[in-house]
Amino acid sequence: MIDHGKIERNSILLLVLAMITVSIGGMIEILPLFRIESTIEPVQGIRPYTPLELAGQNIYIRENCAVCHSQQIRSLRSDVARYGHYSLAAESMYDHPFLWGSKRIGPDLARVGGKYSDAWHVTHLVDPRAVVPESIMPTYNFLMNRGVDLTDIADHLKVLHMVGVPYTDDMIDNAYSDAIAQANPDGDASGLKKRYGDKVNVRDFDGQPKFVSEMDALVAYLQQLGTQVDFKTYNPDMDPREKGEDPTKAKGK
Amino acid sequence: MTASLSTTAPVYNDDIVKLCTIAALGWAVFGMGMGLFIALQLAFPHLNFEEYFSFGRLRPVHTSGVIFAFGGNCLLGTSFFVVQRTCRVRLWGDKLANFVFWGYQAFIVMAAVGYVLGINQSKEYAEPEWYADIWLAIVWVCYLLIFMMTLRNRQEPHIYVANWFYLGFIVTVAILHIVNNIAIPVSFHSTKSYSVAGGVQSAMIQWWYGHNAVGFFLTAGFLGMMYYFVPKQANRPVYSYRLSIIHFWSLIFIYIWAGPHHLLYTALPDWVQTLGMTFSIMLWMPSWGGMINGMMTLNGAWYKLREDPILQFLIIALAFYGMSTFEGPVLAIKEVNALAHYTDWIIGHVHSGALGWVAFISFGSLYHMVPVLWKKQAMYSTRLISIHLWVATFGIVLYIVAMWCAGITQGLMEREYNSNGFLVHAFVEIVQARWPFYVMRASGGVFFLSGMLVMVYNCWKTVTDASVPARVTTQEAHA
Repeated sequence: MIDHGKIERNSILLLVLAMITVSIGGMIEILPLFRIESTIEPVQGIRPYTPLELAGQNIYIRENCAVCHSQQIRSLRSDVARYGHYSLAAESMYDHPFLWGSKRIGPDLARVGGKYSDAWHVTHLVDPRAVVPESIMPTYNFLMNRGVDLTDIADHLKVLHMVGVPYTDDMIDNAYSDAIAQANPDGDASGLKKRYGDKVNVRDFDGQPKFVSEMDALVAYLQQLGTQVDFKTYNPDMDPREKGEDPTKAKGK
Repeated sequence: MTASLSTTAPVYNDDIVKLCTIAALGWAVFGMGMGLFIALQLAFPHLNFEEYFSFGRLRPVHTSGVIFAFGGNCLLGTSFFVVQRTCRVRLWGDKLANFVFWGYQAFIVMAAVGYVLGINQSKEYAEPEWYADIWLAIVWVCYLLIFMMTLRNRQEPHIYVANWFYLGFIVTVAILHIVNNIAIPVSFHSTKSYSVAGGVQSAMIQWWYGHNAVGFFLTAGFLGMMYYFVPKQANRPVYSYRLSIIHFWSLIFIYIWAGPHHLLYTALPDWVQTLGMTFSIMLWMPSWGGMINGMMTLNGAWYKLREDPILQFLIIALAFYGMSTFEGPVLAIKEVNALAHYTDWIIGHVHSGALGWVAFISFGSLYHMVPVLWKKQAMYSTRLISIHLWVATFGIVLYIVAMWCAGITQGLMEREYNSNGFLVHAFVEIVQARWPFYVMRASGGVFFLSGMLVMVYNCWKTVTDASVPARVTTQEAHA
């Protein structure tokens, strides 16, 4: 057997051996995930977040919503029956970091998009107990009164582009105006739709037409969650690459 | 370890250990108090105050407060205490040690203020943003340097087993922290950053980090404490040298693989999930090996357990360690995890480890250290240690029973179907059903925190009360 006494008498040797020992497992589990293509199977419809949705996601992160709400529907009957189709890897591929969560103090939100009206979300966020009397969620009334900070939104897109989200120069250049356009149903949203697809929700989410509030951004984010993939036509065995389409590109119908 | 005094006894740097001890006690009250408050928020949602004091923003204040502030200062303090005494040499770098202490406190304040203001990465136990992360990385590398240099200066031929665990903890936490926090800030004057990894990869890296924050910060480091303070308090050598070797290497090797058990049935590829589950089950063995090694150290000295509440703290800690390291592998089995994941059972499991193991082994170690550091014969009151022990134990039992009940209730209600195959319960009914357990959990917290306050009082009196006799001679801590 190895003479352990040698290791005990040499602090550098102990340090190096410990570092090697703890590195093996992590390398075997993590590194292949960046190389193996089947880790994230491409799915049609997945697009980067619009600037307004991204601002909303950052509010979701700021308020730490993920400590109570998961965004990951497991491939279990009970999860699928309650929340819908199990989550696909591609659906969170543009989340840096992931927001799967680890606890359901509140319900899963992976497919909350479109399940409730904007007005329901606004009322619920202002005072959860006004719509769900038994709810234990905190109130987020202040989101109504604060304008969403979009001053450096283009920088956010730029950084995300650097870490692999396929934002184009066009998207980055128009980030600010796209964010404003998404919350204004009376304006011209054609550029926004050209860049992010026709399915993008363009509405005055919070019912306050005079300004774009943090509530607008958060509701815009929530309303698209889990809606990008059309599960009526989704076929897990079909690889869109075979049809010559690039699934990572934003596209309309 | 019971080194005979040679020519001149080294002069230890105990001032730094005193600072860490005071900080640990202060942060413990803060972190546990915060835990109690957010537990009450879950039972009584009107205790959420916009915008700074909502559950979401305060939860990481609690977790960082107890893990990094209380636990971290216990680790800093005891590692400095133990490495000097087992190497029979003064801690290397007085000024650097001060920098590490104050730098670490600054990190905690920076992190906690950030959470309240809404600055966090939304990664559990890795919430601080990039600027705080860089600061911590610098502080931590200095900590590693101090520890290594002290080992290199040692006057003992062998590095004592407690130091293997401390070293393993320090170096692995450095690796975990740096890799998990690789991110690009939006700009130099922005507090916001985006992590380089996204989606599935980010999930895997985060739980590789998250589980090993448990494995190395909350386990390996505290095992270092166990390997010094249990034999010391029992005045017996460690039960088995060979078991110590197997314990150390197998624990650090296997722990690293266990992360994916936090992601079972998710979009993480199956092969990683299976690896994670397999190694999680294997982890049971080294964990119990360590527990047995600690407990059997009392061989021939079991009678001491009757009178000595400090030893009782240490041994109950090992019992909780054994319990939660058995529960962990069970929860990592896919079929069990399907029910338990996303529920309060996990919170209960974490707290049986955090309160029962981490806090109790720390309490025992601090009760041992305080009289040595302040040169007193013993703690001010043994009776108060005993009261602390039983109040805290009662609190833990209340807490984990409440969380078992809440978690299993949640898991079962979420998967209850009627005869037509539809789900029976709306989500909010399941929230309502857990309310009594949330109140019970908070009351468990009241007991645990009360015990903590008793400890602070006892330590305060030990240091300041003139009636506590001074230490005459000891085999250590000569100045």
